[in-house]
Amino acid sequence: MSEPRKLLKGETGDWEVVIGLEVHAQVASKSKLFSGASAEYGAGPNENVSLVDAAMPGMLPVINKFCVEQAVKTGLGLNAKINCWSRFDRKNYFYPDLPQGYQISQYKDPIVGEGEVEVEVDGEEIRVGVERLHLEQDAGKSIHDLSPKESYVDLNRSGVALMEIVSRPDMRSADEAAAYFSKLRTILRYLGTCDGNMEEGSMRADVNVSVRRPGEPLGTRTETKNINSIRYVKQAVEYEARRQIEVLERGGKIDQETRLFNVATGETRTMRSKEDAHDYRYFPDPDLLPLELDPDWVESIKAGLPELPDAKKHRFMRDYGLSLYDAAVLSQDRAKADYFETVAGGRDGKLAANWVTTELFGALNKSGKEIAESPISAAQLGKLIDLIADDTISGRIAKDVFAIMFETGGDPERIVEERGLKQVTDTGAIEAAIDAIIAANPDQVAQVKEKPKTFGWFVGQVMKSTGGKANPQAVNEILKKKLGVE
Amino acid sequence: MSVDKETVRKVAKLARLAVPEDRLEPMTNELNGILKWIEQLNEVDVDGVDPMTSTVDMKLPMREDVVQSGPTGGGQPDKVVANAPRTEDSFFVVPKVVE
Repeated sequence: MSEPRKLLKGETGDWEVVIGLEVHAQVASKSKLFSGASAEYGAGPNENVSLVDAAMPGMLPVINKFCVEQAVKTGLGLNAKINCWSRFDRKNYFYPDLPQGYQISQYKDPIVGEGEVEVEVDGEEIRVGVERLHLEQDAGKSIHDLSPKESYVDLNRSGVALMEIVSRPDMRSADEAAAYFSKLRTILRYLGTCDGNMEEGSMRADVNVSVRRPGEPLGTRTETKNINSIRYVKQAVEYEARRQIEVLERGGKIDQETRLFNVATGETRTMRSKEDAHDYRYFPDPDLLPLELDPDWVESIKAGLPELPDAKKHRFMRDYGLSLYDAAVLSQDRAKADYFETVAGGRDGKLAANWVTTELFGALNKSGKEIAESPISAAQLGKLIDLIADDTISGRIAKDVFAIMFETGGDPERIVEERGLKQVTDTGAIEAAIDAIIAANPDQVAQVKEKPKTFGWFVGQVMKSTGGKANPQAVNEILKKKLGVE
Repeated sequence: MSVDKETVRKVAKLARLAVPEDRLEPMTNELNGILKWIEQLNEVDVDGVDPMTSTVDMKLPMREDVVQSGPTGGGQPDKVVANAPRTEDSFFVVPKVVE
C-alpha cells in the first residue's frame, strides 16, 4: 500500500486519493434483529412494527439467532476473525425515526474482527482490508415530501438487522472504491446473507474520502452518507476528490464533516451538521447479555459455506486457463458461474468462456435479460461449441446459429440440420466452387501473384458462393494450390 | 473524576433535559458528590478479575427467525401510533425535520 498506485493531477502537482467505505448490508432475515415483526420491504405505514420496535415501555429485545449466524457467515466470507465474545452498546441520539432514543449497535466488541477482500480493477488484483463487521438496528424512515410543514415517520425499518462492514482506507481511486463495493455485494449474494438489492436500500455505503500529496500523512476526510449504487459510489469519490483538491490548492482547509450526495447532479454538499451530533455516549446495553458463540457452532457454519467468489475465480484460472478478467466476470454471480461450468465441462475452457462472456452476455445485455432467463441453456450452448469443435459448422456460421437459438430457442443440431448450415468439407464441392470463380474472374487471377493481398477477395467470393458453409481451412488450402500462391 | 458546570450543561442538552441556569451549579455539586462516592470502588483490587457483565448467571437467550404476532410482532399500526399527538394514514406526523 505504500507505493502510490493512482494519482490525480492538480494545478500544483499530483494528489493521492484515499478512500474507505462503511457499508450497511441488511441481513436477509424474515424478522427483525430484536423483535418478531416482519423485515419485509414494502408494507403499509407502521405495519411491520412491534411494540419492541416502537420502544413501548417494558418491552425487551430478544436477539434473532439467524441474524447472528448470517453475521458469522459473512465474517467467514470476508476471511475475517470471528469474535466468540461480543456485545451490544447503545448509541445515543435523538431523531424522530429513532423511537428508543438510541440505536442498539456494537461499539468496542464487534462480532467480526479484521479480514480482507480481493478486488479486481483493470485486470489487476488489489487487496482491501476489512476492519470489522458489527450487527446493529436500522432506523425508521422520515418522509419529507408529503406535507410542507411536517415530516411523516414510518417505523417499518426500525429494528431491521444490519451488518455494518467497515473497510480500511485501502482504496486509491473511484474505480477501486466501486469495485470493492461491487465485490462485497458479490460475496454477500453468494453467501445469501444479504439480497444486495440496492434499490430497496438493502445495501448502502458511507464513503470516506481524503486527499494528500504522495508520501504525506493522511489528509482530513469527509464522509458522504447513504449511497445506494455502485455508480454513485464512483461519482461521489470523483466529485469529492476534485472538490478537496481545489479547496487545498486555493490554500483552503478541509473540514471533517458529513456530506450528502445528490443523485441528480453527481455532487456532494455539506449536511447541516448539528452541534455535538457525534457525541453518542456509547455504553453497554443493560437489556442484553454479551453475545457468546460456541466455537463448534462457528466451525459448523464454516463447513457449510459455499465456494466463494475468490476461490472460484482462482479455480477458473487454474483449471480452465482463464484470464483474471474472464475469471472475475464469470465468478461475479453464482448463476453465471454455474452456467459457465456447464458449458465448459469436458470442453475447451477458454473457448467456452469466450462464448459465454462475449456472445451470451452481450446478447443478454442487449435484450435486458438476466442469466436465469437466457433463451439458450448451458447444455445447448455447449452443444453448439461441440459442433464447431468437430467441424460440423464454422465459427462464423456458429454465430448465426447462436442468433437463431437466442431468438427462437431450440437445439443447435436441429437448427443446423433444418436450415442446411452444415459446413462443406467435401473438397470436391469446394473445388467446384473455386473453379467457377477462377473461370469467371481472369483479371483477378492474373493480379493475385503480384498483389498477394487480393487473395482474401477470393476467399470471400468462395465463402459467399457457398453461403458461408465451406470449411475456411479447406478453402484456403485449395485456393492457394489453384492460384499458385504461397 | 469530577465534572464542571459546562459539562453538566452539555450532558443535559444531549439528554434533552431543560436545566435552568440557576440549577446548573447545584447539580454540578450533586453529581460530583455521586462521582466521589462511586470512586471509592477504585480502592478494591480487581487484578485478574474479569469485568462483570451481568448479575445473573445465564447466557444471552436467542429466538428463531420467525415472524410473530401479538405485542412482539407487527400488524398493529393503530396500536403503534395510538399515543402519538398527530397521525395520518398510520404515519406519525412530526414537525419538519430536514437535513
